[in-house]
Amino acid sequence: MYSTALNRPVLTDTFININKRTIRWGEFLIQSGLALCALISIITTAVIIIILCKEGFSFFQHIAPAEFFFGTRWVPLLEPSSFGVLPLVWGTLLVTFGAALIAIPIGLASAIYLSEYASHKVRSTVKPVLELLAGIPTVVYGYFALTFVTPLLKTIIPGIQVFNAFSGAIVVGIMVLPMIATLSDNALRAVPQTLRQGAYALGATSYETTTQVVLPAGLSGVMASFLLAISRAIGETMAVTLAAGATPNMSLTFLESIQTMTAYIVQISLGDAPAGGLAYQTLFVVAALLFIITLMLNVLSQWILNRYREAYD
Amino acid sequence: MNQSSDNALNTSDRHLQRRHRKASLFSSFCALITFMGVALLALLLYQVCVDGIKWLDIQFLTSFPSRFPARAGILSALVGTLWLISLIALIAIPIGVATALYLEEFSKKNRLNRLIELNISNLAGVPSIVYGIIGLALFVRGLNLERSLISGALTMSLLILPVIIIASREAIKTVPMSIRHAAFALGATRWQTAWAHVLPASFPGILTGVILALSRAIGETAPLIMIGGLTYVAFLPDGPMDSFTAMPIQIYNWVARPQHEFHQLAASAIIVLLAVLLIMNAAAIVIRHKTER
Repeated sequence: MYSTALNRPVLTDTFININKRTIRWGEFLIQSGLALCALISIITTAVIIIILCKEGFSFFQHIAPAEFFFGTRWVPLLEPSSFGVLPLVWGTLLVTFGAALIAIPIGLASAIYLSEYASHKVRSTVKPVLELLAGIPTVVYGYFALTFVTPLLKTIIPGIQVFNAFSGAIVVGIMVLPMIATLSDNALRAVPQTLRQGAYALGATSYETTTQVVLPAGLSGVMASFLLAISRAIGETMAVTLAAGATPNMSLTFLESIQTMTAYIVQISLGDAPAGGLAYQTLFVVAALLFIITLMLNVLSQWILNRYREAYD
Repeated sequence: MNQSSDNALNTSDRHLQRRHRKASLFSSFCALITFMGVALLALLLYQVCVDGIKWLDIQFLTSFPSRFPARAGILSALVGTLWLISLIALIAIPIGVATALYLEEFSKKNRLNRLIELNISNLAGVPSIVYGIIGLALFVRGLNLERSLISGALTMSLLILPVIIIASREAIKTVPMSIRHAAFALGATRWQTAWAHVLPASFPGILTGVILALSRAIGETAPLIMIGGLTYVAFLPDGPMDSFTAMPIQIYNWVARPQHEFHQLAASAIIVLLAVLLIMNAAAIVIRHKTER
């Protein structure tokens, strides 16, 4: 009897603790701090959009959007100035198209070799090497373009200019090659072994298995890797600045000097444009365009990954 | 009759042979392309080494940039890069790992957190030069931090945060649920579990990701040029508010000059930069290898 009376206060104490779920302030503070860190990413995006929009709007108060989007002359610094962005977009497209033409076939063939044909030993050496090469800074590719690719092109095509889109396209292609190879390899390896075994059991050769079974099954991942590489090529800066020059130009050939959107941004920022001026604002408008294009490509690649993924268990 | 069935066998035989020949051609073609690609990249590195070995000596590592190739060196760029990396590590690692911990260990799967996840993967794809412009407008002009080390470090931190977060989340995901359950069963709170059990268990993976992210920051040129890391700096920075130069900027500066000697200097600087990157990547691979066992 008296023992329960003695114990009661202790017991009720514990019960109160459990039932009321006391807030642990330390725990709460830590969790809030962590959540705050996670919010930084949202804030970053918001800041990017706010800054680009703000400067963009003040730009469009001086220049009509129609002139910017459809104009074919980009002369922002000299009088008479003209702000048609198409030459810069064209330059970017030219380099990206050339780079894709080089990187996609080579990258895909490498991915097929690595995932379908290479022995374990070859694979475990080539893959890390490719990953290492993917980490080479882009300025190194710029060096490669100027000191190796352009002189080589000059001996083959004597009429080519010192700065030209061809050289830029080649080095950007080489640059995104490891990315396509490793990402596509991952996608092809995710295709279950049973599909291959089924194809072989029906008498298909390795070529038929690869092109008619494995590739279609891993296509979403392969396409996503292409899009990511293209988006990377569009945003690529240093190599094209060094290789392709600074002449906004809507040339149809790869042999002339052009200017990409990214190269224009570098050119202006090296010249130390005064804040608030029209030249300074063009930086943000061009960057906004770049941001929107790459964002669309990235979202598209994620969408393809999710929408067209063949799920195997 | 016998003749015709023989013929049919022959044609189907030939057909089969053709299919097999096609398959073996295809496999050799793919192998050839792969090794050509690797050889192309190897050629790039070889070219850099041949060009750069000439100027690469102690004097090159301990001199300031100069108009005369024979006297030029990368001391200020090297020190600038070390400063930059230390600052970036101080800023980006805590925030990145905290975000990853929050998303994996604390957050509920509600709309806000899905938005954060989607947002991070999109931020990872934003071109580096856009971060440079944001850094210019926000840190250099907006917060009046001038063209200083801290502006560069903050900009680069924004750039590599998504990389650190994604890598850390992958590492945290590999920690088995049973470890968390055991900790909870012993009465540990969420934070105690995360701090004392999840974090140590995922540490090697996080470290690998952090090293790879930092090595990306070392090589990034465009954002630093936007921030305006000076190209001619003949002094060493004393604090985070000083102006600076860094290895990739110095390389860009030398490559952009027309004289052949400066191209060779650029190649020497590239060798130093690649050596730093290689050491960091090797460390990451060793760590990964050790933990896989």
